[in-house]
Amino acid sequence: MAHRLSPASKIVAVTAFVFIVVLTPREWIVTFIGYAIVLGIVLLAVGVRPARMARSLVLEVPFVAFALLLPLVGPDPSGFAGLSIAGMWAAWNILIKASLGVLAATLLAATTLPVDMVAGLQALRLPTPLVAIFTFFIRYVDVVSHQYRRMRVAQEARGFRATSPRSWPVLATGLGALFVRSFERGERVHLALVSRGYDGRLPVPEAGMPRSWPLAAMLPVSALVILAGGWLASW
Amino acid sequence: MTTIAMHIPDGFLDIPVSLLTYVISAAILALAVVKSRRDLDDKTAPLAGLTAVFVFAAQMINFPVGAGTSGHLIGGALAAILVGPWVGMLVISVVLVVQALLFADGGLTALGANVLNMAVVATVVGWLVFRLGVRFVKGRGGAAIVAGVAGFLSVPASAMAFVIEYAIGGTAPVSLTAVAAAMGGVHLLIGIGEGVITGLVVATVLASRPDIVFGVRGTGLAKPVVRPEAVAV
Repeated sequence: MAHRLSPASKIVAVTAFVFIVVLTPREWIVTFIGYAIVLGIVLLAVGVRPARMARSLVLEVPFVAFALLLPLVGPDPSGFAGLSIAGMWAAWNILIKASLGVLAATLLAATTLPVDMVAGLQALRLPTPLVAIFTFFIRYVDVVSHQYRRMRVAQEARGFRATSPRSWPVLATGLGALFVRSFERGERVHLALVSRGYDGRLPVPEAGMPRSWPLAAMLPVSALVILAGGWLASW
Repeated sequence: MTTIAMHIPDGFLDIPVSLLTYVISAAILALAVVKSRRDLDDKTAPLAGLTAVFVFAAQMINFPVGAGTSGHLIGGALAAILVGPWVGMLVISVVLVVQALLFADGGLTALGANVLNMAVVATVVGWLVFRLGVRFVKGRGGAAIVAGVAGFLSVPASAMAFVIEYAIGGTAPVSLTAVAAAMGGVHLLIGIGEGVITGLVVATVLASRPDIVFGVRGTGLAKPVVRPEAVAV
C-alpha cells in the first residue's frame, strides 16, 4: 500500500519522522524503543525484508566505530569500568538516531520508484532545473554505469588489475574518458530533445493515490504521540 | 577520497544546526540555479544530469591504496573544474539527494549540512584554487597539477566546514580541538588521493576535449584538439 501513497506525502512523512527522532532528548530511552517499534511495524507491513534493513545499516559502520570510541575518549572517565558516562550517552545518542534515520530512509527508498521520487520532489516545489537534473540522472544512471563496466571488462581482458596506487593513472584515464563520453551524450540528448521541442521543462507524471497524506501522516503523528508520552514521563 | 566521516548521519548535529544548514544550502542552491542558466543556458539540465551520473559512477570506483584498503573520489573540485562552480554545486547536490533518498546514505536531517560541506564548500574552494592557480602555469600539465592542488585542498576545507557545524551543534562531548585535529589529519591524507585523481582526470579530459572544460575557459588551453583526420579533405 505504501507503494501507492503519493511520493511527496512519503518524503514529508519520513523526513518529519526523522526530525522528531533527532530532537528527542537522548535520556528518553523508552521513547526511542517506541519509535523503533512503530518504524519496525511499518517496515514489515510494507514488505521491506530484514536483509535489506541490515544492508542499509552497514552504511553507518564508520560512525558506529566513532561512536564506540566516545566512551573511551569522553570527559571524566570515572563511570563504569573507567568509561566516560558522558561519552556513553553521546555514543547511544548517535547510534540510535542514526539507525532510526537509516531505517526510515530505507522505508522511503524501498517503497518509491526513482521516477516517482522525482515527481514527489517536483510536487514539493523543488526548483525546476534541479528536478530536471534529477530526471536526467535517473534516466541515464544505468547507461553510464554500464558504459563504465564495459570499459573495465576491456581493461581486464588486456590483463589490467587494480591492486596498488600504481594503477591510479589507468583508472583515472578511464574516468576522464567516462566524463567525455557522458558529457558528449548530454550534448546529443540535448539536441535530440530540442528537435522535439524541448524548452527546459520535462513532463513528470504525478504518481500516487488520492488522500494519501492522512495515511502517510500516521508515521510522524505516531512519533509525536510517543514523544508526548516521553515528555509526560520525564516530569 | 572516501566518504568515511563525510556523509553525516542523523543524530550527529542538533536540530538548530540541521535547520540552519538547510536554510543556508537552499539559499545558495537557489543562487546557483539562477547563475547556472547563464553558464550553460538550456543545455544545463541534460549536461548537468549526465555530469551528476558521472560523479555518482566515479564515487563507486575503488582506488586501491594498498594493504587491502581502498578509497574513492568525492568529486566536488573535479565537478567545479569540469562544469563550473554553479553547475558543479547543483550536480553534487543532486548526487547527495539521490544518495539520501534512494540509498539511505547520509541522514535526512543532515542533508543540509552534507550539501553545504560537499556541494558548496568543496566546489567553491576547488574552483577558486583552480582559477587562481591556472593563470600562473603553462600547458596541460600545469593545469592538471593545479587541478590536483584544488582537489587536495577541497577535502580539508569540506572537513573544516563540518568542524564548524560540530562546534555549534555537535552532540558528542569531544573537545573541539580534538575533533579539528582528527578531522584535519585524516582529511589531509584523504585529500592527497582526491588531489592525485582529480589532476589525472582533468589531464585526460584536457587531452581530448579541452573545449568542454569550464575551468580553462578564457585561457589558451581551451582550444579544441584538432585531429589530423578531422581536417583531411
